[in-house]
Amino acid sequence: MWPIIQIELFKIYKRPRTYIAFGAIAALILVIQMGLKIDGEAYAGFLMKDINDTLTVDGKVLNGYLICYILLQLLLVHVPLLVALIAADMLSGEANLGTLRLLFTTPYSRTQWVLAKFVAASLYTILLLVWLAFLALFLSMWIFGTDDLFLMKSNYVVLIQEQDVFWRYIGAFIFASFSLLTVAALGFLMSSLANNSIGPIVATISAIVFFTILSTLNIPLFNVVKPYLFTTHMNNWKEFFDIQVDESNNAITGSVLNMAKIKNSIMILTVHIGLFVGASIWIMKKKDILS
Amino acid sequence: MSVIKVQALSKNFGAIKAVDQLSFEVAAGQVYGFLGQNGSGKSTTIRMLLSLIHPSEGHIEIFGQSLNDHRSAILEQVGAVIERPDSYPYLTAQEHLSLFAKLRKQKITAAKIESTLSQVGLLARANDKVQTYSLGMKQRLGIGIALLHDPKLIILDEPTNGLDPQGIADIRQLIQSLSKDEGKTVLVSSHLLSEIEQIASHILIIHQGKKMAEGPTSSLLDPNKTIVQIKTLDDLGAKQKLMGSFYRAHLLERSEGLYLRIPKLEIPALNAFLVASNIDLVSLEAKNSLEDYFLQLTSTY
Amino acid sequence: MKKLSVFIVGILLIQGSIFAQSNALIESVTKKLNLVNDYVATGVMKTDVAFIKASLGKVKVYFKKPNMLKVKKEGGISLLPKGGVSVTINSLLNNKQYMAIESGIQVYKGKSLQVIKLIPTDEKLDWVIATLWIDPLDALVYKTFTTTKENGTYEITMEYGQYANYGLPSKLIFGFNTKDYKLPNGITLEFGDEDPASKQKVLKQKKGTIEITYTNYVINQGVSSSMF
Repeated sequence: MWPIIQIELFKIYKRPRTYIAFGAIAALILVIQMGLKIDGEAYAGFLMKDINDTLTVDGKVLNGYLICYILLQLLLVHVPLLVALIAADMLSGEANLGTLRLLFTTPYSRTQWVLAKFVAASLYTILLLVWLAFLALFLSMWIFGTDDLFLMKSNYVVLIQEQDVFWRYIGAFIFASFSLLTVAALGFLMSSLANNSIGPIVATISAIVFFTILSTLNIPLFNVVKPYLFTTHMNNWKEFFDIQVDESNNAITGSVLNMAKIKNSIMILTVHIGLFVGASIWIMKKKDILS
Repeated sequence: MSVIKVQALSKNFGAIKAVDQLSFEVAAGQVYGFLGQNGSGKSTTIRMLLSLIHPSEGHIEIFGQSLNDHRSAILEQVGAVIERPDSYPYLTAQEHLSLFAKLRKQKITAAKIESTLSQVGLLARANDKVQTYSLGMKQRLGIGIALLHDPKLIILDEPTNGLDPQGIADIRQLIQSLSKDEGKTVLVSSHLLSEIEQIASHILIIHQGKKMAEGPTSSLLDPNKTIVQIKTLDDLGAKQKLMGSFYRAHLLERSEGLYLRIPKLEIPALNAFLVASNIDLVSLEAKNSLEDYFLQLTSTY
Repeated sequence: MKKLSVFIVGILLIQGSIFAQSNALIESVTKKLNLVNDYVATGVMKTDVAFIKASLGKVKVYFKKPNMLKVKKEGGISLLPKGGVSVTINSLLNNKQYMAIESGIQVYKGKSLQVIKLIPTDEKLDWVIATLWIDPLDALVYKTFTTTKENGTYEITMEYGQYANYGLPSKLIFGFNTKDYKLPNGITLEFGDEDPASKQKVLKQKKGTIEITYTNYVINQGVSSSMF
């Protein structure tokens, strides 16, 4: 199956649309970094308003680690839309071009083609995430330096020691890859249902928006289904940045507050990926190729 | 041996029967013409042969093997062009052939790619993106992709679409050469009946999903059933005279013009009768083409 | 009338005696503290505030007479009570701008301690009243409770070890009041389940402590003023 994966990767590489997402991410990150470099102290001051009433915070709060966290919070909500642009085009785009029938009249089975396309879409998604990680983390570290990570959550503050931060970002990016692959799989499924790309892209984005709203609204009726929605779990990369405390309220270095939650979320996302891709394969096997 | 053997093939799209109990065989080395009007079921049949559409009923064997059970091995030996040319606009012709070369078990060399590009007349534009190609060039590319891996069976659905007369002639020569010189089996569907007549050794005519006729081209075009069109200065007068003669039984009802069906050998006698009857004859034309036969069968003539 | 005069004189004498005794005790404390011109101490700092999760951190504490004090975390971000670090015994006593009043004896951690209240005599000082718990036997201050003008109240408790002769504690605990902490979900992008009521109640506890356990003092070796 490696030859057809190579072919799919080559097609992604050659298509100009591929690079829109990389450019968009770079532009977004650089603009935000520039803004924070110029005016970051005011932003940090706003965030620390309540803290400064009680405590004096000494040290480089606005360092590369915090900048990266801010960037991830913003971007990991929006990058799924960029992933959908490619994933939701993988099958329907070929149908629209008419090339799907070229591929399906080769000796490779439809299952192999669908899997190869998903693998290629996944590699693209991972590459996008690596690009995001490079700019958001490494570039931020270079521009802003590093220090402890002073995280201001809604109801409490977490102070993570500098040497305890980097591995958490690795974990967060690995987790984020599951989130984005779930979006890719959903886009892929939508793509298998249509013969043009606009419909699947819009449907994927609409589904994400719809389920995100269900996940965030605190209505008892929705609470029944929330644990099973992939959007409920997509943002749990943040759990890597919450730590356990001992009975004296000392943060335990190297700990994660709720590792079980992370594992559960990864499992739910993996199940979703399997279901979406499995459904795509089933649909494409049954489908009459009329385009 | 039959290269293609189709038995009682049917395909329903809901209540619509696109193909209805179609059976035919294509022997090795034949150029097999597949004719039908738009919507007659040709493309549906071809797509079923290529496993793009799942049959509702029936059985397909290619190279003596069931398509259901040996799809991969069969398609390794089949090249196809289906309706409009398909390609990736952002790739060059060279890149297309390189990609599709990877999909075959046999090793396809760069030299083979180059010779295929030359065969379809695209060598000079090999490194240009396909989005800059004309329709005819895209069609040539599709044919090139179909021929690249030297298949034993070639299925061409409207291969001359978008080609200029020279291009059509080139494709005709190519198909003839593939069959005569290389012993390949070619199944070609086209609405250019005159082209099929020139190249196909066997023909299948399909109408509303059903087989109307099948057989060698020469025997289908029966010289005993030649249709003759007569043009005169006074068609009405001529018709009355014909109605009062032996030729009354051979007259065909048409909305316009005078048509008779007689054996080819009796055309001179007809000519003599017309002259003797003082009918001012302008032209007498024997219509024994495939197009005539096709239109006759499908009752639009 | 005579009895009243005697009574008033007696009260004044007692008061004077009380002031004299308080001043004497404060002097003993000050004398001990004056043995130290400067020090650099290493230690471990623990932050215990309901809405803050922070780990133990190594700190260096710099002191220079009369009352310059700086707590520096060895790498990293440190959290200190606003204004509270400067409210040390040195800052209270060194300028001698206070009136000391004895307020009885209290037992604290098994020790009988003299309670002395200090009232500033200079309006420009940033504290309003301070209470000290001093062991008269070793002239060591074990606890202070200070009300500042702008930064609330601070309670400092001290434990002593090998550096007691210099009046330098082995452990020092700052206790202070905290305000509510809350950032809108729209800023933090944290949507979803609210914390349970029990956790919310814990987060709203309004007292915090910062505890420094000293492991070493380098005394009177010179500290540059640029450290502060």
